[in-house]
Amino acid sequence: MPDRITLQVARYRPEQDSGVTFDEHEVPCPKDWVVLDGLNHIKDHLDGTLSYRWSCRMGICGSCGMTVNGEPKLTCATFLADYAPGPIRVEPLRNFPVIRDLIVDIGDFMRKLVRVTPWLVRDVDTPVAEGEYRQTPEQLDEYKPFSMCINCMLCYAACPIYGLDPKFIGPAAIALAQRYNLDSRDEGAAQRMAVLSEHEGIWGCTFVGECTKVCPKHVDPAGAIQRYKLTAAVESMKAFFMPRGA
Amino acid sequence: MTSDPRAYTPYHPRWLRQPVSTYWWLGKWSYFRFIMRESSCMFVAWAVLYLLLLVRAVGRGSQSYDAFLNWSATRWVLTMNVIAFLFVAFHAVTFFEAVPQAMVVHIGRHRVPGYLVKGGHYVAWAAASAVVAWLLAGA
Repeated sequence: MPDRITLQVARYRPEQDSGVTFDEHEVPCPKDWVVLDGLNHIKDHLDGTLSYRWSCRMGICGSCGMTVNGEPKLTCATFLADYAPGPIRVEPLRNFPVIRDLIVDIGDFMRKLVRVTPWLVRDVDTPVAEGEYRQTPEQLDEYKPFSMCINCMLCYAACPIYGLDPKFIGPAAIALAQRYNLDSRDEGAAQRMAVLSEHEGIWGCTFVGECTKVCPKHVDPAGAIQRYKLTAAVESMKAFFMPRGA
Repeated sequence: MTSDPRAYTPYHPRWLRQPVSTYWWLGKWSYFRFIMRESSCMFVAWAVLYLLLLVRAVGRGSQSYDAFLNWSATRWVLTMNVIAFLFVAFHAVTFFEAVPQAMVVHIGRHRVPGYLVKGGHYVAWAAASAVVAWLLAGA
């Protein structure tokens, strides 16, 4: 294994650049270093002007998502040694506006996320004094995989539909809506249906499936969307054939 | 708020927006496979149309049916049907591969594993094909 590897890092400095350029840096390549360690090495020792987001370094916060050799990855979980002998090309996540260097703006997602009411909705809130909402392990298993989403945006970067049609609500927001729809304590499915059934909701998805492949937490957003398509189709049929009793 | 999501950063004109290439689907095998799957719908439509033409020919009598068979034996229709068969089979396989993600089946409190749901579809496909083969062989 080589003891050093070359990182080709995308740079975009809005005050002086009209497009992306690449800087090349050689960084150490011990077997336990991830791409984020390489970027931190550049920032600390070679070029302090490099800008990127990171926080937890353990695949929890979801802030260090970038494009590594063309694939959306969490840079804290992507080992340099896996790309030896290199070089490794590090770019900002695709399908988002680039603010600077490797930092993208995810405001569009944040606005869409709120629209699907990703929290427990109750018709009537029961007072705390009356006790907790209980669930069986099977009920927990129904939504738990979808609750693992860390909003890292890798799925949006991998989704060509979102790239081509920015109005598409997108994989993570729909998966999170399903997380609550499948929760036995929730009563907000009808409320979410109005948003998810829009053309830019579930029907915008043509099941490329890349969102599921790149998800570092194995959430399966593509599965969530396809399941919801089935639910929405059944509900539409019910409303059509039983307009009074659906 | 404006309804155009591309305009959601009107006060940040220097943020870089990289357009998606027209040839994005050639950049990755999974994207190319996806486009092929979408394109296969046209061949599914052709297969349906061909079946309807066959039914119409049968309905119009033996002379019309013979004419349909002669037309079907022409080189371009034969070529078209071979290509259509490959695409329709590809469409069916990729559809069945996707089924476990879309269809979650429960028996009582237990969730049926995805491979059984998928396997059920393949069994149904094989059974339907066997019935059609039996009908053709019987004829």
